[in-house]
Amino acid sequence: MANEQSNSANPNVDLKYRRKKNAEEMKHQVITFVLMIFFTLLSFAAVGIEGFSHWFIKPVILLLAVIQVIFQLYYFMHMKHKGHGTIALFLFSGLAVGLITVLVFTTIVWL
Amino acid sequence: MQTDEKFTDATWPAAPEKATLEGKNKYLGFWLFLGGETVLFASLFATYLALKDKVPNGEAALAKDLFELPLTFVATMLLLTSSLTSVYAVYHMKNNHFKQMQAWFVITIALGFGFLGLEIYEFNHYVHEYHHTFTSSAFGSAFYTLVGFHGGHVAFGLMWFISLMVRNARRGLNLYNAPKFYIASLYWHFIDVVWVFIFTVVYLMGMVG
Repeated sequence: MANEQSNSANPNVDLKYRRKKNAEEMKHQVITFVLMIFFTLLSFAAVGIEGFSHWFIKPVILLLAVIQVIFQLYYFMHMKHKGHGTIALFLFSGLAVGLITVLVFTTIVWL
Repeated sequence: MQTDEKFTDATWPAAPEKATLEGKNKYLGFWLFLGGETVLFASLFATYLALKDKVPNGEAALAKDLFELPLTFVATMLLLTSSLTSVYAVYHMKNNHFKQMQAWFVITIALGFGFLGLEIYEFNHYVHEYHHTFTSSAFGSAFYTLVGFHGGHVAFGLMWFISLMVRNARRGLNLYNAPKFYIASLYWHFIDVVWVFIFTVVYLMGMVG
């Protein structure tokens, strides 16, 4: 993990190691980004190319969006790092309330 | 550690955003706020889904008449890329490279303005070409509230970045401002998370019908 300090007495040794770790993590971030762009292209292609039924398109693009958001949260927003338990509790509580709201509004609310 | 202490590359902490108690608290508090934001946006999404295409007469524009693939695509690319550029900025922050961090934030801000410009053009287009306004239908109200709220977040994020950049332009990096830059970039990623659902649920699913 990049954000842990080593106990080396010589800070310059530590620095080299940390730089390497940071560069490695940045590489993972770029790979994440490429995948996100790829998923976005797939979503737009599914809608742009004629011939797919909407029963196919809707679940697929929703799934692609969910995967993309997981990448964003766990890589770009660092939730994959240790010590994010409380943060995950905050986010998933919000998500639970939010999803129930969406469910209710799209099923049993009369308009 | 003194927050205004001057650091060298070797003494700069590996996780400067969480090196002070204030930084740690900010980090936790900000995620609590993001949990609340999730509920806020989910309610707006729910409202939009319930009111989609609820228009008073046959002449009013529906989702499939309004949205266009190319514009949404360009806006999405701008915002996704700005998310990566802010990751680069935080990468340089962790390496104690102040100048590079500033440069990447400037690129992020520029991309953000590009996105905002497209959104303004889009809304203007809907209002004048389709008479699709905030008050024209329940669909219009729900659409502008959801997408407009997101646009408002983008505008606020840009103001936040700009204030931080100006305020700390000549201060250099220290443990006082590192958490501030970090939290602002978290907020920017969250805006991107919301946009992923907007382009999927509102635009792409709207075009499908």
